[in-house]
Amino acid sequence: MTDSQPTKQQKANKKLAIKVLYVVIGSLLFAFALVPLYDVLCSITGLNGKTDNTAATLAKAKVDNTRVVTVQFVSAVMPGLGWNFYPKQTSITLHPGQIETVIFVAKNTTSETVSGQAVPSVTPGKASSHLKKIECFCFVNQALKSGETKEMPLRFFVSPDLPDDVKEMTLSYSFFKAPDQKALN
Amino acid sequence: MSTTTVAHHEEHSDHPTGIMRWLTTTNHKDIGTMYLTFSLVMFLVGGLMVLGIRAELFRPGLQLMNPDFYNQLIGVHALIMIFAALMPAATGFANWMIPLQIGAPDMALPRLNNWGFWLLPPSAILLTLPFTLALFGIGDGALATGWTFYPPLSVQGGIGVDFAIFAVHLLGVSSVMGSINIIVTLFNMRAPGMTLMKMPMFAWGWLITAFLLVATIPVLAGAVTMLLTDRHFGTHFFDAAGGGDPIMFQHLFWFFGHPEVYILLLPVWGFIPQILQTFSRKPMYGYKAQVYSLWAIGALAVVVWAHHFFTAGMPVPALLYFMYSTMAISLPLAVLFFCWIKTMWKGSMSFETPMLFAVGWIILFGIGGLTGLVLADVAADAQYHNSYFVVAHFHYTLFAGGIMGIMAGVYYWLPKMTGHMYNEKLGKVHFWLTAISFNVTFIPQFFVGLAGMPRRIPDYALQFTEFNMISTVGAFILGLSQLLFVYNIIMCAKGGQKATDKVWEGAEGLEWTLSSPPPYHSFNEQPVIK
Repeated sequence: MTDSQPTKQQKANKKLAIKVLYVVIGSLLFAFALVPLYDVLCSITGLNGKTDNTAATLAKAKVDNTRVVTVQFVSAVMPGLGWNFYPKQTSITLHPGQIETVIFVAKNTTSETVSGQAVPSVTPGKASSHLKKIECFCFVNQALKSGETKEMPLRFFVSPDLPDDVKEMTLSYSFFKAPDQKALN
Repeated sequence: MSTTTVAHHEEHSDHPTGIMRWLTTTNHKDIGTMYLTFSLVMFLVGGLMVLGIRAELFRPGLQLMNPDFYNQLIGVHALIMIFAALMPAATGFANWMIPLQIGAPDMALPRLNNWGFWLLPPSAILLTLPFTLALFGIGDGALATGWTFYPPLSVQGGIGVDFAIFAVHLLGVSSVMGSINIIVTLFNMRAPGMTLMKMPMFAWGWLITAFLLVATIPVLAGAVTMLLTDRHFGTHFFDAAGGGDPIMFQHLFWFFGHPEVYILLLPVWGFIPQILQTFSRKPMYGYKAQVYSLWAIGALAVVVWAHHFFTAGMPVPALLYFMYSTMAISLPLAVLFFCWIKTMWKGSMSFETPMLFAVGWIILFGIGGLTGLVLADVAADAQYHNSYFVVAHFHYTLFAGGIMGIMAGVYYWLPKMTGHMYNEKLGKVHFWLTAISFNVTFIPQFFVGLAGMPRRIPDYALQFTEFNMISTVGAFILGLSQLLFVYNIIMCAKGGQKATDKVWEGAEGLEWTLSSPPPYHSFNEQPVIK
């Protein structure tokens, strides 16, 4: 027991302990790997209403005249951003494949120039990948001078692949204060 | 004569006295005692906090504290009870009993063991220090987000959040070290002839717990680290404006958080059957079925996490998957309940305090399990989510299923650990006071929850007043009756009627073959199991 040389038992213990430590390190890496995995999963499943936040190409989407979809628009301004923000029309009814433009209005009510970032979300989740944005103010940060009002267009269509049972969908925009304010100014 | 002197000298040399004995000890029994003592102290601290909460809720309106302080008490109460009371109690039993139960001379990695324990007091200080700092005008108090750290609130919170994040880091490292130690001990140190399928049930419960800990605690550590960098270093893991997602935190947190529930309960599911068989004086029923059920629950535990936030927004197929997989856990759990009851069936039962706690535990934990099934229902959960129904449910699983189980273990093994019998009459009074006042506290919370009272709010609508008053009275009786528990333990440690080696007439297992208390170094010669 008092030998300073590690016994066979102690060596075996150390070996196994290191193996278990690899599992610990593995699951720590797994935690960080979940961040990109989560994004991938969200864009595949529409989990969380995440939409593709890049411009859709103007594909020759055939207009499906046999049915109509109602798209409702919801706007919100998050705390920390002194803006008014609302859509000019609260809903639109269109055929899948039909390209439409909707105007959103933002007004900076503060006394300084502020940048904001709009984050979209679509409900129901299964419709989120079928809302295609050609042009959107949410693709980049929007900077507004003090008191400035800006009309911002959203050009979009609903993909004809939209499941038949979806008759209504809601597109919600939350305007956040842009995170890297300093870099922009 | 000379040999005994040498042996005595040797023991003395690696066994310093006074405070140094406890600071430097690598003896599994000393470390186990420290874990259990720490757990008892923190149990009282966490209990004191919740008495503040219950006192505030005695009447509607704000009487005693501002909402911010109330929120701090809520979050720190939970973190202390989970990480500083329940988990160390289970680890304390593991340190004390696993080497004795499997015939090992000590834990496999004694120095790691010492380190694992001594990380706990600093983390408890980190958790509670912001309360004191706030008194001196530094910061605005402890973590006020609830124990779940949800962003964006936790990103906006004060220094209390940072303290809690570092406390969770330390607690995580501590329990991961404890788990590594237990896994290595169970795989490498079993007495010759003790195959895995001959291990005591407590060892099985802990083995699966340890696997869950090493797999999920790092995920929690990762998640709170991301929170820390979001708070201070300009990352946007959970900030939607920067391309992150606050809901992702909920996934990361509960990927750890749900297994955590079983981490708290599996050790208890291990030793309760041993207590049942002891006081039923017949062998445990369905040993293999129980082992397989423990594995099944351990495996299911890591794939059901999203049922904690059904209302956060998920596609229907995901909701259905998490609902059905959650409900599937009730199948192996039902097997366990059946085995526990069958172990008692037609046994020659007697009701000493550990058995009272064990039987009361089965009934109360059963209520916790069944109300969990109600919450697992997606349609019902939309109504019950974040209501007092949830609070009542998880206190049935974690107070009754966790702490009352631990108390059964304390009464069961205390005579073995101290060498003295505790006061049986006082133990029984403690049980009845605890069981009754626990129900007085939490049954009304089911009712107010069903009626729509939200959790984590210091004020409530007038119609909930009577039930909240009953609940508060129950909580104070429950809290005060724990003083009997503390008194009984202290008196038992100091002296009392000598315990026999076997202690209980029906006790089975290697720990009962040693003297009470066992020698400082036991099983230097490993026993052989036939």
